[in-house]
Amino acid sequence: MKNKSSLWKKIAALTVALTSVLGVFTGCAGNQSSPSAGSDAESAAKPAAGTVSITNVSYDPTRELYEQYNQIFQKYWEKEKGQKVEITQSHGGSGKQARSVLEGNEADVVTLALEGDVDELQKGGLIDDGWVDEFPKSSSPYTSTIVFLVRKGNPKNIKDWDDVVKPGVEVITPDPKSSGGARWNFLAAWAYADKKFGGDEAKDKEFLKSLYSNVTVLDSGARGATTTFVENGQGDVLLAWENEAYLSKKEHPDDFEIVTPSLSILAQPSVAVVDANVKKHGTEEVAKAYLEYLYSDEAQRLEAKNFYRPSDPDILKEFGGTFNLNVKLVNIDDDFGGWNKATEKFFADGAIFDQIYKK
Amino acid sequence: MALSQAAGHKGADSRLKKFFPVRKGTVIPGFGLSMGVTVTMLSLIVLIPLFSVFLTLSGSTFSDFWRVVTDKQTVATYRVSLSCAAIAAVVNAFFGILLAWILTRYQFPLRRVLDGLIELPFALPTSVAGISLTTMYSDKGWIGRWFDRIGVKISYTTTGIVIAMIFIGIPFVVRSIQPVLEKLNPQYEEAALTLGASRSRIFRKVVLPEILPAALTGFGLAFARGIGEYGSVVFIAGNIPYQTQITPLIIMNKLEQFNYFAATSIALVMVVFAFLLLFGINSLQARINKIARG
Repeated sequence: MKNKSSLWKKIAALTVALTSVLGVFTGCAGNQSSPSAGSDAESAAKPAAGTVSITNVSYDPTRELYEQYNQIFQKYWEKEKGQKVEITQSHGGSGKQARSVLEGNEADVVTLALEGDVDELQKGGLIDDGWVDEFPKSSSPYTSTIVFLVRKGNPKNIKDWDDVVKPGVEVITPDPKSSGGARWNFLAAWAYADKKFGGDEAKDKEFLKSLYSNVTVLDSGARGATTTFVENGQGDVLLAWENEAYLSKKEHPDDFEIVTPSLSILAQPSVAVVDANVKKHGTEEVAKAYLEYLYSDEAQRLEAKNFYRPSDPDILKEFGGTFNLNVKLVNIDDDFGGWNKATEKFFADGAIFDQIYKK
Repeated sequence: MALSQAAGHKGADSRLKKFFPVRKGTVIPGFGLSMGVTVTMLSLIVLIPLFSVFLTLSGSTFSDFWRVVTDKQTVATYRVSLSCAAIAAVVNAFFGILLAWILTRYQFPLRRVLDGLIELPFALPTSVAGISLTTMYSDKGWIGRWFDRIGVKISYTTTGIVIAMIFIGIPFVVRSIQPVLEKLNPQYEEAALTLGASRSRIFRKVVLPEILPAALTGFGLAFARGIGEYGSVVFIAGNIPYQTQITPLIIMNKLEQFNYFAATSIALVMVVFAFLLLFGINSLQARINKIARG
């Protein structure tokens, strides 16, 4: 009897404590929840008549985009084929997500931040060779770039990369070792330095060294870095995906400004059908259509509204008021010789990123 | 029922007895069965996954392993993880004794609530704890801003890491000590008092020897947990290489780069740390028990 009543009291106490802490947490951090895939993909194996399920494994900042895109795709598919589609979304750091697929998360499609992450799936035998050419524009339906998010009024007067490396400026950016987004940040800064110093790599390294010595928090993912900057008020400038920056500004219009540097990088997130899994699930057709429809006018406009640069040049022009189209964009293939080379040169263990932290 | 089972497992029993001598003629039946279940469960859940760590490494040379685990940046993370976990465990040991003492020796309003709260760090997803703590203790947060005024930064520094480790480690100490204190009859303390012992002497000579082994267990568990903690610490640590990077994070980073070999190598070092730590604590405890028994 005594035990029983004390157990109940404990449960009550725990509930009270939990709800209060959760209350604090949700109040501060906003909605962080997301449906995670994993075991959800199991149910996709046997689609009910008239319904088909697919799992889309994506990276952090695409949460809002795919929530909306899934709705328009569901409508489109039902109209075309008379079939209902259930779409399970999963978000996280791009590399982590790729690994989860590699280790058995039965994704039908992946929409990741880096070509290299999709390449890993190809090496693992899950995706057929030549996936880059399966969809238009190197399988990048939308692109983005790296911009600066600064506090209202731009108190540190940050205009371009030179201002970011000045002493006393606190920079927030995720760790390129673990975050796809952060690699774009790093490469954008490198490209700027490389142009400024006319290809003198020693000076480029110094530039990056002063940049990263200004970094006060090196989060493991892009969303984490945004939370650190926006919710926890750390740092003077966040190196962010353009879409993340606009999203933060939309949520807190009075707190932030976006600064587009003179030179940045064309970030091309990659999409691919996970061939091995769709064969197993019998979802080849719908998975392919799901990615193809990302290139439709309707979807391209939706992407633009979610602050991704649509790959269709005409629709991009429609949104010229939103995006700064004057920024000079370098790209990974022409300026860095592709992801494999870039990874090896900059981000592998002991490569340039590790060197700039070595004492 | 018990007889037939004992007969059926006789061969296994006698073999087991060589390794695990059982007192002859024990009245409790079912040793073979329960031992079998225990060993199976332990193997499936603890031992086999642990040994798979060794297996992953078996294809590579020791010099590769050594190069990975003695990399400067990695060594810096050992230092951060071990020192922060040690500080947190010491704080937890003191704070935990105090908490356990209050919870067992005094009656006060909301005592049960407090008692339930102790387990919260077990129940709460560690990432929730990490995000909440980071927000609270950042220089703009409710608590952190007061520290910021006296120039102390908590979130994104090693201090923050220690705070997160204290949070996740506290239940280990409290729950280890509490049952011992509950059993310890206050009459001993009263007797000591009537014999003229001072309060501090009563604590040192009567209470402390009783709770010390339990406190050590709690300390060891909290320490080990702190070394291995990832979820809550990554949020509050700044994750800056050589400064606030913890070892579990560098393991994750290696995984992100699909470098399974390096990740497993460092994981093995962590396993060894944890093992040595718990082994050391247990030996110390055995010695204390010996002394206590005289």
